[in-house]
Amino acid sequence: MAAESALSTTAAGGGDRNAERTFAIGFAIMLGFFVLSPLAIYPIFLMKVMCFALFACAYNLLLGYVGLVSFGHAAFLGAAGYVAAHSAKVWGFPPELAILAGTASSAVLGAVFGWLAIRRQGIYFAMITLALAQMLYFFCLQAKFTGGEDGIQAVPRGHLFGLIDLAQTMNLYWVVLAIFAFGFLVIYRTIHSPFGQVLKAIRENEPRAVSLGYQVERYKLLAFVLSAALSGLAGSTKAILFQLATLTDVYWAMSGEVILMTLLGGLGTVFGPVVGAFIIIGAQNYLAKYGSWVTIIQGFIFVVCVLAFRRGVVGELGRYLRRSL
Amino acid sequence: MAGDVVLATEGLTKEFKGFVAVKDVSLKVARGSIHALIGPNGAGKSTCFNLLTKFIEPTRGRIVYNGQDITGGKPAQIARLGLVRSFQISAVFGHLTALENVRVALQRALGTSFHFWRSDRSLAALNERALELLNEVGLGEWHDRPAVELPYGRKRALEIATTLALDPEMMLLDEPMAGMGHEDIDRVSALIRRVAQNRTVLMVEHNMKVVASLSDRITVLARGEVLAEGPYEEVSREAAVIQAYMGSTHQGELRGRSH
Repeated sequence: MAAESALSTTAAGGGDRNAERTFAIGFAIMLGFFVLSPLAIYPIFLMKVMCFALFACAYNLLLGYVGLVSFGHAAFLGAAGYVAAHSAKVWGFPPELAILAGTASSAVLGAVFGWLAIRRQGIYFAMITLALAQMLYFFCLQAKFTGGEDGIQAVPRGHLFGLIDLAQTMNLYWVVLAIFAFGFLVIYRTIHSPFGQVLKAIRENEPRAVSLGYQVERYKLLAFVLSAALSGLAGSTKAILFQLATLTDVYWAMSGEVILMTLLGGLGTVFGPVVGAFIIIGAQNYLAKYGSWVTIIQGFIFVVCVLAFRRGVVGELGRYLRRSL
Repeated sequence: MAGDVVLATEGLTKEFKGFVAVKDVSLKVARGSIHALIGPNGAGKSTCFNLLTKFIEPTRGRIVYNGQDITGGKPAQIARLGLVRSFQISAVFGHLTALENVRVALQRALGTSFHFWRSDRSLAALNERALELLNEVGLGEWHDRPAVELPYGRKRALEIATTLALDPEMMLLDEPMAGMGHEDIDRVSALIRRVAQNRTVLMVEHNMKVVASLSDRITVLARGEVLAEGPYEEVSREAAVIQAYMGSTHQGELRGRSH
């Protein structure tokens, strides 16, 4: 029958060749861009963009694909940064172990925060994540090992696997690119997995997912932990990159910034958060000479985004191309 | 009809602050029957439904399903025991395709639903069964459309296909005909009759024609209490029932078969 023959080519998800091809092309373009752009753009800036892009992608996994609004994601970025910086500087961990330690700490922190917050819905969920993140902020402000206002400075970049000297900018660049690509692919796979299908079902209609027998809290918690761990991966990488862990990364404004990046790029699109991170970090870097006007310009960009292209840059592009990006 | 009871409640009560929504309801649903729960607006039908599927906690009383006390269960557990509900407003996963909607229900049985590292290509093995279910409710050719784009009646059919994917022993349908036009009502009625052949159905429904033609037994609720119970023909003649419906609906409407 007609419906059956069409099934192999058009059924979305679970073997949708068209969508897979679109993703492969998009991924190749993105990778190509990051491979070639150090020729023209300052690599440190690009690495910063990749760290924040990974952070925003991790955030998007939660907001875009489960529909959970966390307002405390700075905690996972910042805590991982402190752990990575401390373990590299004080304990003498090589960079790969320092990054792993940071990521693992954020995963654990995510499990605790998630376990406490996921019983609540909507605005209450957001408020609990914010409250917990603020508690962590005050801990980081007061604790000895975080260095208070100074943060942890002069973190050694070290040698990756004892071989690759990360003090060389381009060596570090390829490592950051590899970490970013890895995190990005993990998120893509999660979205397009049996687990991802359940997440989307929960996003679309939670009571219905419950009535089909899914214990939705468990699925949300796993998504939360994954998102926290990947945010931690971004935070630890950033700490090694800038040789610095600071209070800025655990401050609530950072949680707001990642929401901004996600919405600006395109909520629930795979590539959107990368574009969003690029725009926000780019604006911060290139408009730095205007001082505190940056915040106002950011706010203006956000207002324009909400009014003119609500789906975000990539979301609107996807609609125009009739492709899921 | 087998005298065997699949779902029973004893003294089921739900009190909200200063208000008793469901009061001392004792209900017995016979295995293999279509049982309708009717009553005027605010009679506590939906609350009763939410109690049975554990979406809200009862204040007092017991719920027994297949001889097992499920009063303390969680909604997802109840569903896995084979007691699956639908919702008053059509509950589909809007931005998933019709096929994916059904497949989400099927995939739980694979036991890979926490596998975030596995490709969703592994779900393609379920496509054939999902399409079968869609064909069963007449949605075969809509399989690749996002559920949000389906007309209302088709959404309800999709919901039933999704429920059937779990092969539930008992289906609870919350106003399956709400907001439907005539043709849709006829089609969905026929569908319910067909799927009820080897399972039990408990439904809340306002459309008396549908209740009259489908149900084996009905329970009338009014102000949270059971007013009458029995076959439609008997119950619809009881004075108390007609009285309860006065003002909210005409007697003629209650006696749907006379139309």
